[in-house]
Amino acid sequence: MPIYSEKVMDHFMRPRNVGEIENADGIGEEGNPVCGDMMTFYIKVKDDRLEDVKFKTFGCGAAIAVSSMVSEMAKGKTLDEVLKITPQSVAEMLEGLPKNKMHCSNLGAQALHRAIEDYRSKQKSGGKG
Amino acid sequence: MTKVYLDNTSTTPILPEVRDAMLPFLGEYYGNPSCIHEWGDAPREALEVARGQVARLVNGAPEEIIFTGSGTESNNFAIKGLALANQKKGKHIVVSAIEHFSVLNSCKTLEKMGFKYTVVPVDKYGAVNPADIRKAIREDTILVSVMHANNEVGTIQPIEEIGRITKEKGIVFHTDAIATAGTIPVDVKGLGVDALSLAGNMFYGPKGVAALWLKKGTRIIPLLDGGVQEGGRRAGTENVPGIVGLGKAAEIALAQMPARIAQVSALRDKLLQGLPEKISRALVTGHPVNRLPGHASFCVEFIEGESMLMLLNSQGIAVTSGSACTSRALLASHVLLAMGLPHEIAQSSLLFGLSVQNSAEDVDYVLATLPPIVERLRQMSPLYAKFLKEGKGG
Repeated sequence: MPIYSEKVMDHFMRPRNVGEIENADGIGEEGNPVCGDMMTFYIKVKDDRLEDVKFKTFGCGAAIAVSSMVSEMAKGKTLDEVLKITPQSVAEMLEGLPKNKMHCSNLGAQALHRAIEDYRSKQKSGGKG
Repeated sequence: MTKVYLDNTSTTPILPEVRDAMLPFLGEYYGNPSCIHEWGDAPREALEVARGQVARLVNGAPEEIIFTGSGTESNNFAIKGLALANQKKGKHIVVSAIEHFSVLNSCKTLEKMGFKYTVVPVDKYGAVNPADIRKAIREDTILVSVMHANNEVGTIQPIEEIGRITKEKGIVFHTDAIATAGTIPVDVKGLGVDALSLAGNMFYGPKGVAALWLKKGTRIIPLLDGGVQEGGRRAGTENVPGIVGLGKAAEIALAQMPARIAQVSALRDKLLQGLPEKISRALVTGHPVNRLPGHASFCVEFIEGESMLMLLNSQGIAVTSGSACTSRALLASHVLLAMGLPHEIAQSSLLFGLSVQNSAEDVDYVLATLPPIVERLRQMSPLYAKFLKEGKGG
């Protein structure tokens, strides 16, 4: 039996929204090389919605699939809606992740939330917007 | 689709001759070798034939071979059994940092029982320095265990030199020869060891059967209590079909060893040279020359091993990796870390184990398939992006 669901394999083999955004409105990083997975999310915000999301990920099949799924779930949503995306909801959309990968590889939502925090703190400090 | 199996460090395929030798013992010769009636005769005789075949593979005596259920069991038996048998003399063990978990975790268990152990470091090639073993030996050291060759990086260890030290000090010396027995010449007398582990599925034998060679007169405490099988040292009804397969695999390995070494070394060298030529920042891990004949291991910087493994699998190629994500424990290879590699590089490990069933075409297929996979994953990698930016900046 394969260790990953068909959905995970689909997002791993054909990841959506890979890349960087130049002059991104917010950037969020999560993970470290010790656990083996690192993710960076770039966001572009317009009218309080995620106009664009891109990511770069160093990690296993699950980590890449999670990043891709999170980007797809978040695109076009309001920032508050995106903040409601949880690792559990990402895993559900991926039709499950192996138990031992639930923590280490499932960092996409957090990385994206950090990008939003980054955007909001820039807003507060009177940066671009 | 092309299928190329290059994960022979996980397990080799079973040779048809080996399987054929086993089949009668899964059929008509089902008797228990401990039984004195006629049904026990053929299985009992088969066990002794296999014992001789395995003994000859390592230049030992048949009565020095104890069959076990896995390489892990052989290592557990050696470490725990030899430590417990010698505990009146002392309770200190010396092992290297790159031992298999069956050795390292056996030491951890013994530690809970009041033993102490010292872990000796390795150099950047994954080689143990015998002088470090000498330094680690104390008054109360009763056992030294260093593997003959490391399964993850292929480096062959200076066992003879360590054997001279343990002999001089009168300390029992065990070597885990699971990666070498049946693959390169292994001579227990030349190596100067007292105990040696080997496993059949590393040289075209079946899984679930292995052996411990134990020098005559060496005391050991059994792991399993029960009947008097294996001279009272390993209780439990013998895995007769498996043992027959192990024996046959040992006999063939001994006869074909020089030809096998020549064949797989040529393929290994093609990989060791070819991959770094085709892929930038692909480092060979382990010793460049003093390594197992069918073993080519690398770290491909900026990307992670499991994702490489999965994309290779999608192209019909089976390999393995020492990355955290590949291991069920989610820890990066302790071997690569012990060699001084940082975590992000250890995560990028890729390991090719070649067998006699591989051809030059298989290696060409890998050399053509891997570079675009690496490129694709690097385009996705934040570490690679950072490297490119920093490279341009400075």
